[in-house]
Amino acid sequence: MTSEIIDVLPTRAKLLRGPLDRLAASVRLVSGNDAGRREPELVATLDPVEAALEHPEVPQLGEPIHKPLTDLEVQLEANRCLYCYDAPCMRACPTHIDVASFIGKIATGNLRGSARVILEANPMGASCARVCPTEELCEGACVYKKDDTPIRIGDLQRYAVDHVRNNGIDLFEPGKPSGKRVAIVGGGPAGLSAARDLRLFGHAVTIFEARDELNGLNTYGIVPFRLAYDVALWEAQQVVDLGVDVKTKTRIGVDVSFDALLKDFDAVVLACGMGGVPKLGIPGENLLGVWDALDFIERAKLGKSVGSLGDHVAVIGAGNTAIDALTCSKRLGAERVTMYYRRGEDQMTAYQFEYDFAKQEGIEFRFFCAPTKIIGETHANAVEFVRTEIPKGGGKPAPVTVPGSEFVEKVDTVIRAIGQSRLRDVFEGAGIETDAGVVQVDEQMRTSRQGIWAAGDCIFEKGMREAMVVEAAEQGKIAARSVDAFLGARK
Amino acid sequence: MADLSNNLAGIKSPNPFWLASAPPTNSGYQVMRAFEAGWGGVVWKTLGDPIVNVTSRFAGLNWKQNKIIGFNNIELITDRPLDENLKEIRECKKAFPDRAIIGSLMEVPERAKWHELVKAVQDAGVDGFELNFGCPHGMSERGMGSAVGQQPDLIEMVTSYAVEAAELPVIVKLTPNITDIRHCARAAARGGAAAVSMINTINSLIGVDLETWNPIPHVDGKSSHGGYCGPAVKPIALNMVNECARDPEVAIPISGIGGISNWQDAVEFFLLGATNVQVCTAVMHHGFRIVEDMIDGLNNYLNARGLASMSQLIGASQNRITTWENLNLNYQIVAEIDQSTCIHCSKCYIACEDAAHQCIDRNVVDGTAILVVDADHCVGCNLCMMVCPVEDCITMVEVDTGLPAESWKQRTAVSAVGASTGSA
Repeated sequence: MTSEIIDVLPTRAKLLRGPLDRLAASVRLVSGNDAGRREPELVATLDPVEAALEHPEVPQLGEPIHKPLTDLEVQLEANRCLYCYDAPCMRACPTHIDVASFIGKIATGNLRGSARVILEANPMGASCARVCPTEELCEGACVYKKDDTPIRIGDLQRYAVDHVRNNGIDLFEPGKPSGKRVAIVGGGPAGLSAARDLRLFGHAVTIFEARDELNGLNTYGIVPFRLAYDVALWEAQQVVDLGVDVKTKTRIGVDVSFDALLKDFDAVVLACGMGGVPKLGIPGENLLGVWDALDFIERAKLGKSVGSLGDHVAVIGAGNTAIDALTCSKRLGAERVTMYYRRGEDQMTAYQFEYDFAKQEGIEFRFFCAPTKIIGETHANAVEFVRTEIPKGGGKPAPVTVPGSEFVEKVDTVIRAIGQSRLRDVFEGAGIETDAGVVQVDEQMRTSRQGIWAAGDCIFEKGMREAMVVEAAEQGKIAARSVDAFLGARK
Repeated sequence: MADLSNNLAGIKSPNPFWLASAPPTNSGYQVMRAFEAGWGGVVWKTLGDPIVNVTSRFAGLNWKQNKIIGFNNIELITDRPLDENLKEIRECKKAFPDRAIIGSLMEVPERAKWHELVKAVQDAGVDGFELNFGCPHGMSERGMGSAVGQQPDLIEMVTSYAVEAAELPVIVKLTPNITDIRHCARAAARGGAAAVSMINTINSLIGVDLETWNPIPHVDGKSSHGGYCGPAVKPIALNMVNECARDPEVAIPISGIGGISNWQDAVEFFLLGATNVQVCTAVMHHGFRIVEDMIDGLNNYLNARGLASMSQLIGASQNRITTWENLNLNYQIVAEIDQSTCIHCSKCYIACEDAAHQCIDRNVVDGTAILVVDADHCVGCNLCMMVCPVEDCITMVEVDTGLPAESWKQRTAVSAVGASTGSA
């Protein structure tokens, strides 16, 4: 049923994947498993026939959340901008895009210049225009926010970057060759950002990427109606086109050792993100129809079959990936989609606008309950939950279960979205200091081991950093600057 | 309802809002529609020997999202036969006898031709004449329009030609394309004009198309200078109206023209000395219907201020304009920023820092810029208040200097006395 739905959904062909395919073909195909590889779980989720179904055209899963602004809207918005001095929006952007400047350039019709202001500060400007929590960042800081009519900065950014994307305009050129070589482990936003700036500095860059395609969660982990696949690949291609050597399907610690990296390169930037969603640790997790949210979103985004979702989908967790899994399920045709969370509404980690969006999509929400077991013969058909409550006290105390409050919900698909695991073994194998699997870095993104930097989700630590694309981009930039200073070869 | 009725040199109309001689008054059909909408009077599209027009003819100056803050045209006078125009004038006057219809006239500077034209139009039942000595394009190349209006002796002479034949008030419409409009207005008065109207359009080139490098508007790739009007010219018009209103040698009523788009603009013209106003660009932009709010807004304004008649506005601020040497040097204001309404955009800061007197202190506290005026050094120039996007956030507050009012004229007169005393 699901695959039929996918078939009739609007599709977008013509993906910018030619150069990457050629590269991939030249790289040895690998197998094996580690915490970062989630494929083996699919065996438990789909039968092999269904798992093999693949759609050559990538579905959008319905209308994009944000439609591009019309030319009239762009002019109205761009001209409404006050062109603040030392603007609060710029201060609020982790990459410090000079927002007033890029909007002013849109207003004067200088779209190329506008896009350059954006992408110079943020190599991930195309994806950030679509996935940034702008309400929390630039638009939240806009001086018009007081009247609740902030400038639509994200949409204007998208307009300017789409101009260079749609017209094939190259804005950057690599710097004068320095003779130094830098390895980047992981071709997601942090790695690409670092790679871009390192190329501008003139260093030779090789990205080692475990997956088939670059741009990490932008490519695989964000629902297509928020960030389209082709946009994510275009963004990566801009970096590759600066002369970056890309080794896809190649994992460090498996296909290439850390020692070999350190021997072959003058510096290494770790930007390998996090692993899959951890298990719930309850009976029944290996039944068919039980998903890791990232696997689920990835297959849906790539147009691969996710099998039949049935009438009721349960998503466990309340973060932004949970929202993506929920809305994706709904758009794939599930009758009822319910979020279950062991805390209350006020403690959800999803952004408010994500929560609002999920409500608009018809998602149901159940708070203060935790799954205790998944029930079924070979396929999940129900989940038992227990009621929870938050003990009184300061801080964020762990919820406790209420004895005897168990209840069973009829459920056909279970998706767990309770965060991501850490690639602890990879880092510890490399002799890099971690804290509970989080790579420890200084303000220049230097790890405990000389010659190795880290950026992106692998250094994401609750309460200290944000797991946002825009943060990853900034960290990549900082790492690139620090590497460049370390190499000391740039004229 | 306040009394909005108007009397310009004996020409009566139910309200002070007239349509200027221009495309909106080109035909009887349009004038009928204008009167139905409520306009108090019209100055008919200039009558004279029919001409041939070109395409295109108009261009707008836009600023950001605001369309037509300025308007440029290279259209000439009426391109329809005189008889046709006169027939329609008769019909309009019959249908709306209480409204003013003014015949705008243009002719070469020959007495006989003027007499002939004045008599023909007079017979059609107009309430007065307006002599078009203002159009700066096309007709001026043929010795008419601003070619007359730029020479006071010609103004006086041609005005007298018209006045000789006219049994009705003659208004002279002046061009702003001169160095001192008072000389032109005085000449019109000497020639017997009952009133002057100003300003006609200003010589202008609206711009160049960045793709084709053609001028805008262009006629087959070429253009000539046009006449500029619309909201952007209002300050120029206000100044010229006031200069003439204060001039004892002019001493005839003024019909104000230039960028009037609403009742507020009109009130400013009245306060500075205009008896009534004429409108064109705003109607070309929005249609005749705008007069409804002009009437309603003026009436409410008068009522709110307890004024019985719009005539009480005429010239009320006229003599508050003087020469710079008479301004009080000891009057001091300083900017004050209301922290409760400030949105922290720092526009005031950068304007003062880069373009004024570096008198706004800016401290970023928790990511928010706190802006405070250094009152000891503020010169009270108004710039910060002007750039502030929030209404009334920055106000200019009077500071008591403890000094008596003293103008430059007084101060230098005292110095001169002191100097001569010293040398004695």
